[in-house]
Amino acid sequence: MFLPVTLELLGGFWESLKVFLLTLAFSLPLGLLVCFGSMSKFAPLKALMRCFVWVIRGTPLMLQLIIIFYGPGLLFDLPAMPRFTATIVAFAINYACYFSEIYRGGIESIARGQYEAGQVLGLTKGQIFFKIVLPQVIKRIMAPMSNEIITLVKDTSLARIISVYEIIWAGESFIKKGLLWPLFYTGAFYLIFNGLLTVLFAKIEKKLNYYRG
Amino acid sequence: MALLQVENIKKRFGNNQVLKGISFTLERGQVLAIIGSSGSGKTTLLRCLNFLETPDEGEISVGGKPLLNLGQTLTEEQVRENRLHFGLVFQNFNLFPHYNVLENVTLAPTLLNTDTPERIKAHAMELLEQVGLANKADAYPYQLSGGQQQRVAIARAWAMHPEVLCFDEPTSALDPELTGEVLRVIKGLKGEDRTMIVVTHEMEFAKSVADVVIYMADGVIVEVGTPEEVFDHPKNEKTRAFLQGFQESF
Ligand SMILES: Nc1ncnc2c1ncn2[C@@H]1O[C@H](COP(=O)(O)OP(=O)(O)OP(=O)(O)O)[C@@H](O)[C@H]1O
Ligand SMILES: [Mg+2]
Repeated sequence: MFLPVTLELLGGFWESLKVFLLTLAFSLPLGLLVCFGSMSKFAPLKALMRCFVWVIRGTPLMLQLIIIFYGPGLLFDLPAMPRFTATIVAFAINYACYFSEIYRGGIESIARGQYEAGQVLGLTKGQIFFKIVLPQVIKRIMAPMSNEIITLVKDTSLARIISVYEIIWAGESFIKKGLLWPLFYTGAFYLIFNGLLTVLFAKIEKKLNYYRG
Repeated sequence: MALLQVENIKKRFGNNQVLKGISFTLERGQVLAIIGSSGSGKTTLLRCLNFLETPDEGEISVGGKPLLNLGQTLTEEQVRENRLHFGLVFQNFNLFPHYNVLENVTLAPTLLNTDTPERIKAHAMELLEQVGLANKADAYPYQLSGGQQQRVAIARAWAMHPEVLCFDEPTSALDPELTGEVLRVIKGLKGEDRTMIVVTHEMEFAKSVADVVIYMADGVIVEVGTPEEVFDHPKNEKTRAFLQGFQESF
């Protein structure tokens, strides 16, 4: 029984991984945009973005999933998105908001003298941001980002609330066949994957340790 | 014609009128030392010259070209172009911690495509040689002493060939035993086409390196002259009191 269960769970975990990878691919850059918005000098945009971040971070991801999947149909009589698409949209928005706050903390921690040193050398705003500020921000936010990313691995299990197949579902489906252990066994997949991520983040942090400050 | 002409620069922060009409001229290759007590507006003046602050009034011209466009708001690109005429060495260095010494010096010329990569690097190495740090080209800022960091900052600023390089108390964040090396480097850089403005509390240094000395108090220039005139025969009572107080504190 062990091998077929493992294969079935691997299939489920691949679905979880797809949610994980696509969410990261969209939310990492989207978070930067949200972050720029919430730091904007244009007050209405800043207020709007901060309010948006507050709403997204202040409500459960599970609820956001439900609203994004069922909302358009119930409220505007629009056709619903495919379940998987709705999942990625909800996750990407949710995580972009968390990431944006981490980015903002990192950006605000860079001393003004770094910007001014770039300015007096005649660099453009974009050059100062991408060549001077961002590289330093990345180093400073590695720890909170790795926390958030590991949380994301586990959060992918929420997708089943709108009937997206993933590993917990795969494990649970064995209960009907009288097997309880596969559900517990799913934990091993999360553990191993998060273990790998932890090692990866430690490597990156070590690599970024070539300088201080 | 003077390389730099500063006319009636005024700057206010809220109700605090920090610069109350600053005017002076500087010839190419000259070194101007600015002295004055804390809060007199020296840093603000250098920041205006480097367009980190925008003066409320007045005009700054380099080589006869007015930069402030009298009253009109400058675009971001105009501000950036204006900055290229000037360089600024900060009190606390502000090196880029994630770049090594050579990269700190080559970053701006490389990003702004001032030359070929090989020539930018060769020139940076020459500058590092001049500030005595060619052997530290691969070191990161955290591996250097304060004096060494400031010398890198000086090389970094010269690498962009500013027409006027400003120094804001370049040695005041350093331990006393490190100030000498930085002052020697600044002195050694003095040359035909290197025009410098140095805000400093090092009177001996100002005396020996400056062609012109300005004494500032409360946002105005109280006295201008050669080092002999200002230090040895100050005309103004305020200057005399300032210099006297300075001698007593040592
Ligand atoms: N960004 C700012 N906002 C408000 N006030 C400022 C700002 N920058 C400077 N000031 C004020 O302007 C005055 C002059 O400051 P400035 O730093 O130019 O003096 P300084 O001559 O360089 O003094 P020090 O010798 O201590 O460096 C001070 O009263 C200071 O509080
Ligand atoms: Mg100052």
